[in-house]
Amino acid sequence: MKLHRLRDAARPAIALQLDGQGIVAQQGDTLLTALLAGGAGHLRRSDFGDESRAGFCLMGACQDCWVTVEGLGRVRACATPAGPGMVVHRG
Amino acid sequence: MSTPVETAEVIILGGGGAGCSTALHLAQRGVRAVLLERGLVGGQASGVNYGGVRQQGRNPAELPIARRSREIWGRLPEIIGTDAEFSETGHLKLARNEAEEADLIAYLDTARQHGLPLRMVGRNAIHRDYPWLGPSVLAGSFAPEDGSANPRLLVPAIAKAARAAGAVIHEQTRVTGYYHGAGRFELTAEDGRRFAAPVLVNTGGYWGGAVAAAFGEAVPIQPLNPNMAVTEPIRYFIEPNLGVVGGNVYLRQIPRGNVILGGGHGESEADPANGRPWSRPLAEVTLETLRHAVRLVPALAGVQLIRSWSGIDGQMPDRIPVIGPSRTTPGLFHAFGFSGHGFQLGPAIGAILAELVTEGRSTTPIDAFRIDRFPVAAATAS
Amino acid sequence: MKVAVIGAGPAGTRAVETLLAHGISPVWLEESADGGGRIYQRPPAPLARDHRTLYGFEAKRAAALHSAFDAARSRADWRPQTLVWHIRPSTRQLHTVSQGQQAVVDYHAAILCTGAMDRVIPIPGWTHPGVTSLGAAQIALKSQGCAIGQRPVFLGSGPLLWLVAYQYAKAGAPPAAVLDTTPFATKLAATPGLLRGGATFAKGLFYITWLRAHGIPIAEGVSPIAIDGAEDGVTALRWRDAAGREHRTECDALGLGWGLRPEAQLADLAGIPFRFDAVQHNWIPERDLAGRTPVAHHYLAGDGAGIGGAEMAELAGRRAALAVLQNARTPIDTAAAAALDRKLAAGQKFRVALERAFPFPAKLAASLPDDTILCRCEGLRAADIRATAMVDYHAGVAPELNRAKAFSRAGMGRCQGRLCGAATAEVLAAALGQPVEAIGRLRGQPPVKPIPIAAA
Repeated sequence: MKLHRLRDAARPAIALQLDGQGIVAQQGDTLLTALLAGGAGHLRRSDFGDESRAGFCLMGACQDCWVTVEGLGRVRACATPAGPGMVVHRG
Repeated sequence: MSTPVETAEVIILGGGGAGCSTALHLAQRGVRAVLLERGLVGGQASGVNYGGVRQQGRNPAELPIARRSREIWGRLPEIIGTDAEFSETGHLKLARNEAEEADLIAYLDTARQHGLPLRMVGRNAIHRDYPWLGPSVLAGSFAPEDGSANPRLLVPAIAKAARAAGAVIHEQTRVTGYYHGAGRFELTAEDGRRFAAPVLVNTGGYWGGAVAAAFGEAVPIQPLNPNMAVTEPIRYFIEPNLGVVGGNVYLRQIPRGNVILGGGHGESEADPANGRPWSRPLAEVTLETLRHAVRLVPALAGVQLIRSWSGIDGQMPDRIPVIGPSRTTPGLFHAFGFSGHGFQLGPAIGAILAELVTEGRSTTPIDAFRIDRFPVAAATAS
Repeated sequence: MKVAVIGAGPAGTRAVETLLAHGISPVWLEESADGGGRIYQRPPAPLARDHRTLYGFEAKRAAALHSAFDAARSRADWRPQTLVWHIRPSTRQLHTVSQGQQAVVDYHAAILCTGAMDRVIPIPGWTHPGVTSLGAAQIALKSQGCAIGQRPVFLGSGPLLWLVAYQYAKAGAPPAAVLDTTPFATKLAATPGLLRGGATFAKGLFYITWLRAHGIPIAEGVSPIAIDGAEDGVTALRWRDAAGREHRTECDALGLGWGLRPEAQLADLAGIPFRFDAVQHNWIPERDLAGRTPVAHHYLAGDGAGIGGAEMAELAGRRAALAVLQNARTPIDTAAAAALDRKLAAGQKFRVALERAFPFPAKLAASLPDDTILCRCEGLRAADIRATAMVDYHAGVAPELNRAKAFSRAGMGRCQGRLCGAATAEVLAAALGQPVEAIGRLRGQPPVKPIPIAAA
């Protein structure tokens, strides 16, 4: 899934890491926006299969955007503001 | 005009593990049995419990039944067509101080007397063999033949097998009228349907107490509401079913990854004036259980709890069930008030009751569970 | 008197405002960081922009609600990012968690304004990254300035379908198609009732007309077949038109939804009885127009008490607050309360017409192919649910929904059946040959949403 930025594309940039890859995001992004606009493609895998998942509801209900942020633990990416220097792992 | 009466050789009241296995065993012996269940089979204590198939730590009086039941657990696929996810993972009971450790050591003798395989896991071995246990754990005792199963499947599967063997099971049938006379029990359901048989088996769980009272032998039974919870699926690493001396927490992980935890009690209204009985878990009890659990298994920190629940079991003051013939009414047999132990014992209860009903004796000792261990209380048949 | 208000959307905000006006400062608990609810969700500060751009026709209403929220927040005991995960009506206690910290909130009266979420029908391929709810597509745009893709398809039925498609087109991500599963004739038949809605109805027509005029492909009465996709996104939607012809529309994202369903778990845990509303095709908690429920001291307002939309939610929030005050014998303007009652009653009539215009396509859900993933948490397929209705099922037939859940684990995952519940019920009901209201509803279980286990 590739989120497509339409507005405010010129906000200050912040840098994150996802599974060792650099992600450039913008101030004001949620973690989900930061990752999925930055080319992450997906955020986790099904617990009971190999399918990739990337969040569905963006309102903290579907529980399909859980990622791990070093120092913060496991968070819902849609409900967590992206911060500079975050080191994120899928799932 | 009165409603036609449905007759049988045996009426079983209550469709939990004890009742459904009784229906199955009676049907297998060719006895015409009708089981009446107020809701759905396996809806209360036997359906919402922790799922522990545990012999270790049982009251010594229960161990002969537990041993007999464990043998049946191993043959479930041939008896009911499913293993109900029974898995012989072993049960590891943990001590967190020296007094608890002494408790574990003392039980080794009891286990030996009853042929229950059980071994101590000492202070050195416990953290080597189970490196995910927290530092609060001092020692453990391991029962390799114990394990766990899925309580949501067991009783419905037994009920299905019982039906296939010829038992009649009426769900959504709440009995409100009890009568015994001329060697015959007559029961009336809330909706007016009537049932009659010369033998009545009371497997009513908590509500078995009311049935006993209706026949003049009230017992001091209380509702027991286990407070249960489950986590999201995580990497599978907790193989044995875990308990502690004192029992303030118990937990197990299923291979799908969910960790099932219990401890303490929720709340319930078992005899509401209106509507159906309800039970619910209590937030503070759930949180207390989590505090105990994370001390046992520190890797649970940060894992998400996704669901909690409770149910209604019957607890006797001495925490062992009532099993055996009525002292007031010939043809009435009891098996209720399992005090949280009914899931593991259930499969054998049917075998024992079938013996009692058809042969007048049990090949497993049940004397400790007789109803007359409680003083007679004033109560009369309605 | 200590009043707890749960939720800071349109209903919660107006409830708090009304309480404050009568000298009561409530505890105000909100799961997200800000007020406004989903409909008027505000972007984080770096993305702030004017209401007109964000909310279109709703700009004035959004601005008014935000200013009411901002004024009320400082005067109430405002607790954002706080999940209410359990409630104990007998002792009147809420159990909350915020940033991992547990707390207990005592109350004399509680107003539950827990809102709604998209009602979803799983269709084959719906778990691919790039498939979202319509609500999610709107949140991405409004609060993050992002589209779910450059060429999204929007599929479903209801007012939100057309609104989101319009918003995307205006924002520079014109949809590859807007596909409505409701046949045009169904909507036409409901027009007389919809006219009661006045401006709301007019706006709906405007969006559809605007999209047509701007060349956005539109089809009505469609049946989805499957979403094609891969590891990191979707590639196309396959669907059938009203005449039965198959189509394949290439797209890089898909938003879907069929109206809303109440987020009523807390009402359920409070012991409030539910009834099946045949018009909304939803189970909704019992309450009167003023939001009083059969459980004393517990009130409901807004979409969490049955879908009525934001405008009605504001009225209902005000009315529920007045009901709390009335119950405490605090003098209120009874004429104002009566006026609110009249407006709420009128709003319900329009709602009935709206639901008739966009009925939940129960048959679509009931007839999902066997291998469609229904419960995305547990990875269960339609066949797994249907199996529980069969006489040869290993644990016997599941005669109702909670038993099917117990057998199959459908709805037992992290989302607690929020996403799969509506469709699972249709699949099971059809397999049992029962009407959907006869097989019950998934019971709410605490926690309302997952809560973390604290470190020792």
